Amino acid sequence: MASALINVPDRARRGEIVEIKTLISHPMETGYRRSQLGARIPRDIIRLLVCTYNGTEVFRAELHPAITANPFFVFSTVATESGTLTFQWTGDNGFSVTETAAITVD
Amino acid sequence: MVALAGASFAGEIPQAERRSGYELMSRETRAMQDDDTANPGMLAVLEGGALWARKTGAGGRACADCHGDARAGMKGVAARYPAYDAALKRPVNLEQRINRCRTERQQAPALAYESRELLALTAYVARQSRGLPIDITVDARTQPFLDSGRAAFYRRQGQLNLACSQCHDDHWGRRLAGNTIPQAHPTGYPVYRLEWQSLGSLQRRLRNCLVGIRAEPYEYGAPEMVELELFLMWRARGMAIETPGVRP
Repeated sequence: MASALINVPDRARRGEIVEIKTLISHPMETGYRRSQLGARIPRDIIRLLVCTYNGTEVFRAELHPAITANPFFVFSTVATESGTLTFQWTGDNGFSVTETAAITVD
Repeated sequence: MVALAGASFAGEIPQAERRSGYELMSRETRAMQDDDTANPGMLAVLEGGALWARKTGAGGRACADCHGDARAGMKGVAARYPAYDAALKRPVNLEQRINRCRTERQQAPALAYESRELLALTAYVARQSRGLPIDITVDARTQPFLDSGRAAFYRRQGQLNLACSQCHDDHWGRRLAGNTIPQAHPTGYPVYRLEWQSLGSLQRRLRNCLVGIRAEPYEYGAPEMVELELFLMWRARGMAIETPGVRP
């Protein structure tokens, strides 16, 4: 069960820089570890996080092996208009999670 | 020299000098625990909330069907565990209590120790007690179990011939292999440990320590483990629950 925590301010003034925090549940298995029997544990990581703000991409991160389990990202954007921030994580084994958060700009 | 010798065998930590492991952590790790959107333990709490409401087992009942809203019904519960179970005639910890509910009321199979579901449910229940003081009841029924937990804490064991108290009573705040030795107060369990990259129970932590002193660890759910848990919670009585804690 994939779950994500997103923290976006509910309200912001136009032109204000807002901080966005995201945390997602994922093991981020590197692919370099071996099991106790010596078999290689296949890689299972998130490859990409993309955040769009009313359809415009505002943040993109490529993830690699050796990034922590349950990756946490903090970034900022300028509040331009009321609308929706959409977060999409995609990764190995068809992993795909999409979450949205609403923001009201005065 | 006299002062040094005194510090080496400090004995039981006075109540006023007790410190949660939180206070010995770096500023960054503390910030991680304090912010609910940065604390990875909250992912398990979120999942636990979903499990709380999900019907399961032959009984077709969810936790919420009997206990209602956990925010009210489960408040303070984790601060009282391990607690005496009249049917088993011994103390049970929170995980065991959840599993007894599952097998008897929900008629569902018990969840394995350290399974994602059991940790999530335990974290969700314990989260409702955050900020409340640990309140272990000691009476004639629990006293013998508390005493054997205390004996285990002060008993030298393993190939290194160390007792829990030699690190956690006598040398807390000093360093062991680059890590600060905490006082071993179980205030934040189940805890998100950065070294594990996951959530884990107090028993997992205790097994870590036992392997560290090269003793043979007790099995998960063993009576000795629960007795030690009971003693540690009693030793931390009055300290605030932090679940889900973050530890290095």
